[in-house]
Amino acid sequence: MRLERRPQTSRAALLLAPLAAVAMTLLLGSLLVAWAGAPVGRAYALLIEGGFGSRFALTETLTRATPLILTGLAAAVAFRARLYNIGAEGQLYAGALAAVAVGGLHGGSGFELSAWLLFPLMIAAAMLAGALLLLGPALLKSRFGVDEVVTTLLLNFIVLLAVSALLDGAMKDPTAMGWPQSVALQDALQLDKLVARSRVHTGLLAALGLSVALWALLRFTTLGFEIRAVGAGPRAAAFAGMPVSAVGVQVALLSGALAGLAGALEVAGRTGYVTLDMSPGYGTTGVVIAMLAMLNPLAVVAAAVFVAGMLVGADSMSRAVAVPTYIADVIVAIALICMLVATLLTQYRVRR
Amino acid sequence: VLRIATPLILGTLGVLLCERAGVLNLGIEGIMVAGAFAGWVAVFQGASLWGGVAVAAATGAVFGLLHAALTVSLGLSQHVSGLGITLLATSLSSFAYRVSFPKVDSPPTITPFAPMAGLPVPVLDAQTPMTLLALVLVPAVAWLLMRTPLGLAWRMVGENPAAAEGQGLNVVALRYGAVVAGSALMGVAGSFLTLSAFNAFYFNMVNGRGWVCVALVVFASWRPGKALLGALLFAFFDALQLRLQQASGGAFGLELPFQLYLMLPYVMAIVALVLVARRASYPQALMKPYRKGER
Repeated sequence: MRLERRPQTSRAALLLAPLAAVAMTLLLGSLLVAWAGAPVGRAYALLIEGGFGSRFALTETLTRATPLILTGLAAAVAFRARLYNIGAEGQLYAGALAAVAVGGLHGGSGFELSAWLLFPLMIAAAMLAGALLLLGPALLKSRFGVDEVVTTLLLNFIVLLAVSALLDGAMKDPTAMGWPQSVALQDALQLDKLVARSRVHTGLLAALGLSVALWALLRFTTLGFEIRAVGAGPRAAAFAGMPVSAVGVQVALLSGALAGLAGALEVAGRTGYVTLDMSPGYGTTGVVIAMLAMLNPLAVVAAAVFVAGMLVGADSMSRAVAVPTYIADVIVAIALICMLVATLLTQYRVRR
Repeated sequence: VLRIATPLILGTLGVLLCERAGVLNLGIEGIMVAGAFAGWVAVFQGASLWGGVAVAAATGAVFGLLHAALTVSLGLSQHVSGLGITLLATSLSSFAYRVSFPKVDSPPTITPFAPMAGLPVPVLDAQTPMTLLALVLVPAVAWLLMRTPLGLAWRMVGENPAAAEGQGLNVVALRYGAVVAGSALMGVAGSFLTLSAFNAFYFNMVNGRGWVCVALVVFASWRPGKALLGALLFAFFDALQLRLQQASGGAFGLELPFQLYLMLPYVMAIVALVLVARRASYPQALMKPYRKGER
């Protein structure tokens, strides 16, 4: 058996690949559901109903999808330039901390700014924090050739411990009765709700806007062209006179900023403060979403909504039938692997 | 120190084996979780302790086979595939744990390996047989890689697969073998945590040790002997960190949050990577998929 490169990839194959991957995933997932002793059909019906089937389900899914779109975009743009940023989780927390540091700590210190000024400052601080966190690994990669996957992964642990230290110390909320949570943002900085009686907030609009913006950036701008060229072949790009390491740094700043923004919007839109469990792996899931979307910023939105629906649906399914909620994580992992194979098959055909 | 170093030694040897044959295996973090879980469940179900180790190795091998299929046969990105394996192995372990033990707060315990009290060697007699296994495996892997035809072949497909093919070697089979064997070692590394260091399975027990192993292999310049050294050095810092925590406040007269100490191992791993990165001599074909007739 060997692989043979297809002369061109058809549009139909590109559209079909994600669908085939999802179908395959659900098939494999059903084996696990059956193993857990639940009726497969009913479990899946509950999963989909729990994720998309009601007003509550849909709004919850969109709430979850908001940070996922942003971390998905962060991964997609970085992977496009072959910068394997697996540290979106850490960047998200760094962004969240920075947001609270700007938007929560100054209260009562005599330092007063109007919310109109403070809000952009807060967002900028969060994006800067995320960007700077990824700048380190990106520079280590271009200067010393240190593999960025390992450094960003290790940084996740370091950032989480730093968050934990700060929540015990400098940024602890004195009114939280010993819970490790940060001081809260002032009310004026919290995002408005998009839909009444739900948790969907205007951050979703920002995420959607950014996905279009990023698509346009990749497609129509010089930087976008350079990112794609570096991703397609760094040596060819360098030969064509492109500043490969400068592009890498720009991509790192962009990707880190997106992940940092995800953290700020979570704080401003949903929680109001930072806790250690505010992100159930949004960073890592972002990588999966980027792959599901074949690194296309517009498709990231669809992939994020799908994954968010799975996560929300799995919660409600596991309450109804005895299937552990971890089924959602398994499904996401299988989806990633199936998608990788499906993408490959759009470019290669198997010959005997 | 030796106790902390054992899973690192085993895991690092596993990564080393894969990378020498030209395949990055970022699945290690998840494979260690799966090995820890599978070994523990096997013993809980009545298997012997060494039976548990064997089950862990087999579990690792299965995930290794999947990784090899994705990266060697299909030539997918080794980074992304490895992460996929980690996500899959971790979530499957959590899922299987919840299916097997639906309503327990603390996991049931097993009787882990006992220290080899009868051994006449002074330091080793406080350790369990699994540590001894790890120590024996270091020269064994070194011998296998450097002194046997199989080792030579593995190193060849890691450096220049096209030339290896020209010598009549089967690149695909060799890479499969190295990834499966290395992943089995990773599974054993995970099982040390449940069968020797602790007596039960907890969700976050691997906690980045796999990623540390990946860093250690670079630090060791892909040599088993140096890998042992790196793992010991690393374990020393981890032990130091624990000591400093216990001496809270007494360390250098400063009152530092304990999280700073916990960070130390991860920071050390990054520092180690940076220190050696300049003169690191990667296996030349690492992360490059090999497809016949394609350049």
